[in-house]
Amino acid sequence: MTERFVKKGGASARVARSGPPFDPHGLAGQSPANPSPWQRAWARFKGNRLGYRSLQLFLALTVLSLFAEVLSNDKPLLVRYSGHWYVPLVQTLPETTFGGDFPTPTDFLDPFIREQLAKPGNFALFPLNRYHHSTINYFSREPDPAPPSRQNWLGTDDRGRDLLARLLYGFRLSVLFAFAVTIVSTLFGVLYGAIQGYFAGWTDIAMERFVEIWGAMPTLYLLIIFSAFFAPSVGLLVALISIFGWLMIAAYVRAEFLKNRTLDYVRAAKALGQRNRVIIFRHILPNCLTPVITLVPFEMAGAIGALTSLDFLGLGVPEGTPSLGELLAQGKNNLDAWWISLATFTVLVFTLVLLILVGDALRDALDPRKEIAEDAP
Amino acid sequence: MMLEVQDLSISFGARKVVDSVSFTLDAGEKLALVGESGSGKTVTALSTLRLFDAARLQGSIRFQGREVLAMRPNELQALRGNDIAVIFQEPMTALNPVMTVGAQIMEALQLHKGLGRAEARAQAIAALMRVEVAEPERRVDSYPHQLSGGQRQRAMIAMALACDPKLLIADEPTTALDVSIRHQILDLLERIRVERNLAVLMITHDLNLVRRFADRVAVMERGVLVEQGPMRQVMETPRHPYTLKLIDSLCAREVAEPQAGCVLEGRAVGVVYPVPRPGIRGWFSRGEFTAVSGASFTLAPGETLGVIGESGSGKTSLALALLDLTPASGEISVAGQAWSSLGRQQKRALRRQIQVVFQDPFSSLSPRLTIEQIVGEGLSIHEPDLTQAQRRARILSALDDVGLAEDGSAQALLGRYPHEFSGGQRQRIAIARALIVNPRIVILDEPTSSLDVTIQKQVLQLLAQLQRRHGLSYVLVTHDIDVVRAMAHRVLVMKDGRVVREGRVDQVLSDRLWDELGSASN
Repeated sequence: MTERFVKKGGASARVARSGPPFDPHGLAGQSPANPSPWQRAWARFKGNRLGYRSLQLFLALTVLSLFAEVLSNDKPLLVRYSGHWYVPLVQTLPETTFGGDFPTPTDFLDPFIREQLAKPGNFALFPLNRYHHSTINYFSREPDPAPPSRQNWLGTDDRGRDLLARLLYGFRLSVLFAFAVTIVSTLFGVLYGAIQGYFAGWTDIAMERFVEIWGAMPTLYLLIIFSAFFAPSVGLLVALISIFGWLMIAAYVRAEFLKNRTLDYVRAAKALGQRNRVIIFRHILPNCLTPVITLVPFEMAGAIGALTSLDFLGLGVPEGTPSLGELLAQGKNNLDAWWISLATFTVLVFTLVLLILVGDALRDALDPRKEIAEDAP
Repeated sequence: MMLEVQDLSISFGARKVVDSVSFTLDAGEKLALVGESGSGKTVTALSTLRLFDAARLQGSIRFQGREVLAMRPNELQALRGNDIAVIFQEPMTALNPVMTVGAQIMEALQLHKGLGRAEARAQAIAALMRVEVAEPERRVDSYPHQLSGGQRQRAMIAMALACDPKLLIADEPTTALDVSIRHQILDLLERIRVERNLAVLMITHDLNLVRRFADRVAVMERGVLVEQGPMRQVMETPRHPYTLKLIDSLCAREVAEPQAGCVLEGRAVGVVYPVPRPGIRGWFSRGEFTAVSGASFTLAPGETLGVIGESGSGKTSLALALLDLTPASGEISVAGQAWSSLGRQQKRALRRQIQVVFQDPFSSLSPRLTIEQIVGEGLSIHEPDLTQAQRRARILSALDDVGLAEDGSAQALLGRYPHEFSGGQRQRIAIARALIVNPRIVILDEPTSSLDVTIQKQVLQLLAQLQRRHGLSYVLVTHDIDVVRAMAHRVLVMKDGRVVREGRVDQVLSDRLWDELGSASN
């Protein structure tokens, strides 16, 4: 122990003499002189190549999917027709604009419109994939579901909608859904567990009994009942999955609070006359977040799985919404259309594996034993 | 020579923890290996059994003429337990919790002596009897958790001695025990040593223990053996500066006389904890455990009141009651105001008069706050009107006050986190946090017992200095007689929740205090 102290003391003394300008939060440079415990954990996380790359890839895919309308759409991004510029992506243009007969919104997949746009002097910039998730390809040469072709790179589903487009939009929906569920259930779980663990005693007992009753509810039946009562919507699903998703987080936070509330730094804050609210949020909470952060990727993976299985059963998002679960159900109903199940399965597994690799790396990075090992010489 | 260690170097990976250590030990001799934590003393001693698989050993260890470093695994196994036995610091973790004490003693006998079950059991009972465990026939079937701390340590000694070893390695054998039991265990070790002409290699950081027990002393500092020689010679005329520092770290009384008056008064203070009752009755009612009862005392400005007692004697409960952090009966008044008569707001205001410094500097600072946030917290509660610059100035002067300024200013420390500091530095930060609100009373709950001896002295000196500078009153809660002797004016001795003695330090304290109190049997 002495040796450790001496070495640490020596190191900090050196830092002090070489004197970086005062920086209370250590945010000045890339490698701050006084890294906070979070910064050190982040450095350990970055040291795990697989987990760090997985996080980068997952975030990149998420950001890409946020621009799904630009990547995969049945409307051109930009059109020049008869000397005028149009942005069909945000404008609704009647067919008559492009020399059509009807004042209905333009179908840019119509061969006539294509011809008009291909005329000299006209110009259209199409997205990478020329289908929206709701576009039905009426011009496919094969019956639906159509196998992969030059038009539909991954084929179409059983209603003639482009599979790639549906996967892209479905991935986005799944990820955003997972973020929403995780944020809502984590916030609630942390708050619930914090109150439970900090006040302990009767508060804890009463709240724990409620958790037990709540945890015993048959989630799936409730979802079935709710889907019969209410019109299905994504918002309703977020609410339903969240109200059952916070139990585990609350349990972890409660245990951490029970442990930390008896530590001397909490007693010292109480002896100073600090308010409970400040002690909970400023003193104890930051020391209880390790299990919460570790759980986040797993929580997200769980939310994606839950949404997918509800959609697969037909209890999930409203008809027509692009969703991975609905595609899996289609794949099951059309076993000969192998491209549907294979592509959906690949996207789903890839997403979940990325999340789990990130979670694994986070767990390693936040392992308290690693923290101690780093302090030791 | 029974044990000859020559130029022993030990490395773990690239790190050398012990560097060219040489010492010898004769049959029947008592050698104390002394040093602070991290000095390599335990690694050195246990390496004579090659107990560390990951360690790379260089040099020579000869036991009865045979080279230990060249031994094959089966020879090593015969050496361990049979010729050289070890007793560890913490008997609770060194004994297997799911095996009875008897079974663990019998295991060694069956392994090394090839005894049958019945015979091994008889010998185990005899071994327990030799180490003075009461009712050995019953205790042989007890599990470790059913024994008291002293009994466990005795059982471990019985286990170590079961196979008649020639050398006993005792790794801090009394550190985990209550003060009152330490002497008994030492007396036991000494008696057994004389009976069997046993050589003892004692690893310790406690110089009082060395004085009482050792023939010769070897002092280690950071993996190097800096001095060795006969006990008396080393203790009285140390040659190496580090030894001097170690010896010097005992007692140095530098306290001023208290003033007249009273800042803290307790009348018939009692603390009671609810404890669960077993069985179905526990659903409806709770039992009571009386941690403190009927404690009365006063504290004058500039005075230090020592509260001394074994673990479980109620001294920490009393400290928490003084801080109004645990419900208490009786009356406690701080600066003339009784906690019980105050509302929430008034209590908050009164808290700045009485602050606290805890034992473990690792758990008493929140690891995710910077030093500035930790030390400045009291100001944000009690003086919220300060400007940013005033706050910063107060924090710097508080850090300066506790001797943490580097190059004349503590500026560079403000943005750091607790993990970047050593135990002693952290304790100084904790003191700064308490003092920044200018309290009149500071409760010191074992302020030095988790620090190394040389650091202990610095912290005690600092506390005495601060007391003189600010006229502080201390309530010093500890089990360490030396600390009380160095710091306190008056002392309360607690036992089983009651104050059993009270008075001036020089009148109450004596070396055999615990024995006189007729403390808990083993």
